[in-house]
Amino acid sequence: MKTAVVIPAYNESKIISQTIAGLRAQNQVSEVIVVDDGSADNTGPAARAAGAVVLRHLVNRGQGAALQTGINFALKHGAKIIITFDADGQHDAKEIVKMIEPIISGQSAVVLGSRFLVKQNQVPFSRLAVLKLAIIFTRIYTGLTVTDVHNGFRAFSAKAASQLDLRQDGMAHASEILEQIRKHRLAFCEVPVTIAYTDYSLHKGQRLSNSFRIVFELILGRLTK
Amino acid sequence: MIIKILIIVFILFAVYRTVARFRQRDIAFRELLIWLIFWLLVGLVTIFPQKTDSIAQWLGVSRGADLLVYISIIVLFFAVFKIIVKQEKIERDITKIVRAKALAEKPDHE
Repeated sequence: MKTAVVIPAYNESKIISQTIAGLRAQNQVSEVIVVDDGSADNTGPAARAAGAVVLRHLVNRGQGAALQTGINFALKHGAKIIITFDADGQHDAKEIVKMIEPIISGQSAVVLGSRFLVKQNQVPFSRLAVLKLAIIFTRIYTGLTVTDVHNGFRAFSAKAASQLDLRQDGMAHASEILEQIRKHRLAFCEVPVTIAYTDYSLHKGQRLSNSFRIVFELILGRLTK
Repeated sequence: MIIKILIIVFILFAVYRTVARFRQRDIAFRELLIWLIFWLLVGLVTIFPQKTDSIAQWLGVSRGADLLVYISIIVLFFAVFKIIVKQEKIERDITKIVRAKALAEKPDHE
């Protein structure tokens, strides 16, 4: 089955090649699609040199927007399974096998990676507070019970991916994906994934102040639908 | 008072411009009407400022000047809300354009 990996990337030139190389080493991966979200650095050329298909946003539009662009491209090019993957190297490409397994077997249309299903994942406290708050908020907001919300490692069947319509350009897309899973009654499951908290990924990731912003964006999104 | 004359002159100018805009079909009749009523009210308040006190007191506000400030704040808040919603829509439109362009370009391949 043609499996495409979509990586939204904004100023990730230091690490993107390594992330792509890890993915290309996996037999299951047919294509790596990097959406260069208006990076000011060398992200696009670096990704291209590493063997990815590179789409470029002329100006920075946010992770949600970049994901949607990559998904549209993957669908147009006949991908049967679409995986979303973070550029910053916190996911383990070897875990793609277990992420796509429920889709291949037809058990689920959407597979969500969860760092909280893995015991040995040591989530730093600063992250834990934000993520747990996000989980509670999501339960209230979407009615979906999941153990991890802002995990960029996901897998979609082509049919499920074609039903996604992300309007949240920023980080609020993570909650929006869950909202749409519920809306379209997509069969989903969670799969435990490891997260490598490197200094690099911690520097790039979510902070507490961002969570207020995400909630604000979600509410605003509702108002202006 | 000089301030009254200045405001009245400005109102006359604004009304003239509004009507001209309507004649050029830049604005609809409904908008013309809204602006004319608005400038008429501004004119009345300018010429008879003490009258606003009685309206204010009828509404339960002690001074006309206070009432004007209250109304202005409400109108401004509403305007800000409208602008935020509008901006959100523009943001989405920009994303659509950026996405269409990204997908239309021949993708960078090795």
